[in-house]
Amino acid sequence: MTVTAVRKDPDNLRMTLDAEFDAPAERVWRLWADPRQLERWWGPPTYPATFTKHDLVPGSRVEYHMTGPEGDQPRGFWDIVEVDPPRALVFRDGFARDDGTPNTDMPSNEVRVTIAESGGRTRMSIENIFTSTAAMEQVIAMGMEEGLTQAVGQIDAILAEDAVETKT
Amino acid sequence: MVVPMQVAPPDFDRMFGALADATRRDIVRRAIDETEGVAELAGHYPMSFAAVQKHVAILERAGLVTKVRVGRRKVVRTNLEGLRTARRLLDEYEELWRGRIDRMTALIAEIEKEPDR
Repeated sequence: MTVTAVRKDPDNLRMTLDAEFDAPAERVWRLWADPRQLERWWGPPTYPATFTKHDLVPGSRVEYHMTGPEGDQPRGFWDIVEVDPPRALVFRDGFARDDGTPNTDMPSNEVRVTIAESGGRTRMSIENIFTSTAAMEQVIAMGMEEGLTQAVGQIDAILAEDAVETKT
Repeated sequence: MVVPMQVAPPDFDRMFGALADATRRDIVRRAIDETEGVAELAGHYPMSFAAVQKHVAILERAGLVTKVRVGRRKVVRTNLEGLRTARRLLDEYEELWRGRIDRMTALIAEIEKEPDR
């Protein structure tokens, strides 16, 4: 019961999720600031993440890849926009090509994290802003648990040829 | 190309591209009522009839609205199924983050058990 509220706005492609932790703000901040901690929660168990470059400074690029059940390694990056430890982190989360460069053909979404401590407990709010529903679809496809990943994979197998053609 | 599953099916791409524009989202909202044709819709926006017509055409191609005949008029009608898709995606995204928060919580609990914390 740590997630305390979820607000969804389909028209504006935005979702905000509030969570509360029984820990000080500094501890919650470390979940984001320490790459070894981050690796333990960013990807689902079936797609664990590895952060190869991680420096939370505005303008810097964090790089990571995930490792799937079949050894596939989708790559992603964060472009850091704002950092205010231990209170705020704003970044654009996007997909990267195999050589690590951002894949500009793929959409990215903005993630705004705010952390506030009160009475020994810490509230974290995560706001996700998508540029399009396609962005949502793709981010979800990359991060979901096995069941859905398979479902999406099946759809893709059916549509694979068309998808390659229509992707701009 | 990273993994095939990252490529959204073509219909999704079109639908989502269509929803990425504020005017088109507003048209989708208004067309839920099924009372206005393109000319009436155009009256709501500071742009030409042709521009609004173009937005409606994009929404139509994306399957988000259809034009239906009501008497002698044609009104624009929202395809609610399309909106539900956006909703469903947000639901799935919520699940993704709930999973992450659960793992964060487990991680915090684990380290706090250590004597030096």
